[in-house]
Amino acid sequence: MERERSMEAVKETVDQSLREMRETFASGRTRSVKWRKAQLGAIIEMVKDNEEKMSDVLFQDLGKHSTEAFRDELGFVMRSATTALISLDKWVVPRKSNLPLLFYPATGKVISEPYGTVLVLSSWNFPISLSLDPMIGAIAAGNTVLLKASELSPNASALLAKLIPSYLDTKAIKVIEGGPDVATILLQHQWDKIFFTGSPKIGKIIMAAAAEHLTPVTLELGGKCPTIIDHHSVSKDMKAFGCEENLWRKVGILQWTSLYLCRLRSCRTEFCFYSGTYIDMFKPVIRSFFGENPKESGCLAKIVTKKHFQRLSRLLNDPRVKASIVYGGSMDEEKLYVEPTILLDPPLDSEIMNEEIFGPILPIITLRDIQESIGFIKSKPKPLAIYAFTKDENLKTRILSETSSGSVTFNDLMIQYMCDALPFGGVGQSGMGRYHGKYSFECFSHEKAIMEGSLAMDLEARYPPWNNFKLNFIRLAFREAYFKLVLLMLGLTKGV
Amino acid sequence: MVKVFQAADATDLVTELRRSFDDGVTRGYEWRVTQLKKLLLICDNHEPEIVSALHDDLGKPELESSVYEVALLRNSINLAVKQLKDWMAPDKAKTSLTTFPASAEIVYEPLGVVLVISAWNYPFLLSIDPVIGAISAGNAVVLKPSELAPASSSLLAKLLEQYLDSSAVRVVEGAVIETTLLLEQKWDKIFYTGSSRIGRIIMMAAAKHLTPVVLELGGKSPVVIDSDTNLKITAKRIIAGKWGCNNGQACISPDYILTTKEFSPKVIDALKQELEAFYGKNPMESKDMSRIVNSNHFDRLSKMLEEKEVSDKIVYGGQKNRDKLKIAPTILVDVPLDSQIMSEEIFGPLLPIITLNNLEECFDVIRSRPKPLAAYLFTQNQKLKERFALTVSAGGIVVNDIAVHLAVPTLPFGGVGESGMGSYHGKFSFDAFSHKKAVLYKSFIGDAAIRYPPYSTGKLRLLKALVNSNILEIFRVILGLS
Repeated sequence: MERERSMEAVKETVDQSLREMRETFASGRTRSVKWRKAQLGAIIEMVKDNEEKMSDVLFQDLGKHSTEAFRDELGFVMRSATTALISLDKWVVPRKSNLPLLFYPATGKVISEPYGTVLVLSSWNFPISLSLDPMIGAIAAGNTVLLKASELSPNASALLAKLIPSYLDTKAIKVIEGGPDVATILLQHQWDKIFFTGSPKIGKIIMAAAAEHLTPVTLELGGKCPTIIDHHSVSKDMKAFGCEENLWRKVGILQWTSLYLCRLRSCRTEFCFYSGTYIDMFKPVIRSFFGENPKESGCLAKIVTKKHFQRLSRLLNDPRVKASIVYGGSMDEEKLYVEPTILLDPPLDSEIMNEEIFGPILPIITLRDIQESIGFIKSKPKPLAIYAFTKDENLKTRILSETSSGSVTFNDLMIQYMCDALPFGGVGQSGMGRYHGKYSFECFSHEKAIMEGSLAMDLEARYPPWNNFKLNFIRLAFREAYFKLVLLMLGLTKGV
Repeated sequence: MVKVFQAADATDLVTELRRSFDDGVTRGYEWRVTQLKKLLLICDNHEPEIVSALHDDLGKPELESSVYEVALLRNSINLAVKQLKDWMAPDKAKTSLTTFPASAEIVYEPLGVVLVISAWNYPFLLSIDPVIGAISAGNAVVLKPSELAPASSSLLAKLLEQYLDSSAVRVVEGAVIETTLLLEQKWDKIFYTGSSRIGRIIMMAAAKHLTPVVLELGGKSPVVIDSDTNLKITAKRIIAGKWGCNNGQACISPDYILTTKEFSPKVIDALKQELEAFYGKNPMESKDMSRIVNSNHFDRLSKMLEEKEVSDKIVYGGQKNRDKLKIAPTILVDVPLDSQIMSEEIFGPLLPIITLNNLEECFDVIRSRPKPLAAYLFTQNQKLKERFALTVSAGGIVVNDIAVHLAVPTLPFGGVGESGMGSYHGKFSFDAFSHKKAVLYKSFIGDAAIRYPPYSTGKLRLLKALVNSNILEIFRVILGLS
């Protein structure tokens, strides 16, 4: 009864919000570049002013360390908003199109037009950046936007719900809190665009709901992102630079933090293919990062909910998987802690090798020939990212041309996320659409073609009644066979 | 005996094409260009048969078939052949200080096995044009032409099988059952041209497999006529764009006119005059217009004309012949805004004119309706042109002409809202069937310890400086001065 009443209230709020946002959009206020810049500036201010509060909620919800919070969420958002602010004047300029001579003196151009009223649904692993970054794109493109952050990061969601109305234009930018039942209500309405970050399972539900209204969607989903380590080709380099350890720091560790981070992000590496025998390199590096007792290090995020913890524990409890643990494996249900765990050659048909892990567990699969990794990757759904450490040009080419993924990064992990000249998005099961930098602006814009003809010149051949002359004229004109066209008009040829 | 297409057939088809794709059949430049050139041969060697099939299906005049289907296709193929190497080359992308030292590029990759479902009104153009995009992007493709244009559908099936590589390009003929079976399969992209109603069904089916879609749908494309325009040319262009393009049965056909009460009589006179010049005093006998495609659509259009308060608004035409599936070019004035003819996409030879007290009102009328595929404006007023282009939301806008933007390969052709999503033509077709994969090449030199735990305030400060690309601050922190 209580729930029904509150759902009624939510429905009312959503109706009202939509109405107001649509009116605001119709008024044209969000179209002005000045308005958009003001909002982007306000986002930067909002993050700057509340850095500590934001770090706090990220720690409360996810146990995230403030440096990670800055690197992946706060700093990232400020940079994204700054880029949009600086580049907006360039982005809104219509692009001229060259028209074939046949259409002279017509002109053509493409204008980026905001879709209208858009919905952003973000996920719990990077609750601040996955909420604000798409919003930056939506606002830069001139839309009104409603954000629903994830209920699994309740403190972050509440903070955003509190701060956004006090910094941004409330008639155009709104926040609603809640879980799946609120999302269901939102999805019953017609939106001009929906931007969703989350799991493929929910992605399908979102797209099906959007289909009812022919709403275009961008889905940033997950997937098992593999890392290929071609030890032979990189170890020489590593030795030469005297930093063999660094390879493992990159892979293993960047892995851990990104794993934690990423456990949060779905483009984190899910498993490593690797030819070599230096697994022992991992252990000292983990120790150097997190000390002897990672649980107490304060640098490792916790698992987000008990349900997620139980899922991870189930994946690890498969006896064949348990047998493959070479490092870590301890878990603490009360503290929602799972130790950084390495598995060596777990069975390929185990659940942990077929589901997205989303936890601090790194399976390593050893291969005699690193080329076999390509076949393995191809047999699985397309991931958001593939990482490869190699200097072998042949392998690089094979990876690029034979596998498909949202992106490929050579010799690093996760860094492609920070490169805002590159589109960030998936393909197949890992999603559709992309954003970051100018792609965010495009993500929320309809590219409208404008063509202007002249009322001065006219060609009789365009109009009925039809005859052979006109037919030949148009045929030649289309082929841009202008010389023949002239001959035709002079009666010196019958045409085609 | 015709073999019935069943679920197992659909599965086998996709499995076979996927195998071809995985084997790399469609990826190479040579294969793609060869297939495109074969499509060109189809256009060169079989134009008379194509014209004949279109005449059977739609009563389409030879010029329309030759120009709006075959010639446009030829241009599209030639452009793809000429530009393919360029299109396939990766794009370089800039990198920034935070990812230094690295280089980045965007690699174009085929999506895999794609499905193209086309419509009945331009059966060759709307089947082959998307297929050109699919092939140039390196995909394997299944084409399902519309069953409402049966002669064209079977000719397409015959010619594509004869000329193209059937291990990677196939045609499935059929209607609802076959389409449904195809839609149950997992495709890497679906390209659909047709109605908004079916568009929803397609997208819903695609959602089950997270398949991205391009939907080229329709809508009521308005024509706004300002009193300062050259009325003779305006009328000619409207007529050529409406009745001269499959008799109004086109997605970007001018659907209704908006003009002032004062100017409207002149518009009607100009239209009447030019209609007679084009189609003679007895337009029902003219061979220069397509017929209505079938009796279902004929009845639909008849009903629109017979509606109360609509039938008495006819100022020109109105004649019908069900046996011949012909309706004369018909103009109506000020039908009720909630009548069927003003609520549904007409897709036929009826042209309502809605008069306004002030041309300004046109914006509200257009905005109160679903977003159309095209919106047209005839005027010499620069300010009006700018305002129209900026504020009217439609797939595409054309000023002082009708439908021509369809033939321009450098303009993206597609809808927004109810009129669709995604676009194609020219390079946009190649892009529609490609995945733009981001590739980052990082070097081993220059690894930043600040990225790794244990985290400290010093590291945090440096990170902040890096993120802000604040060179001065970076140096300060490194030198321990901050």
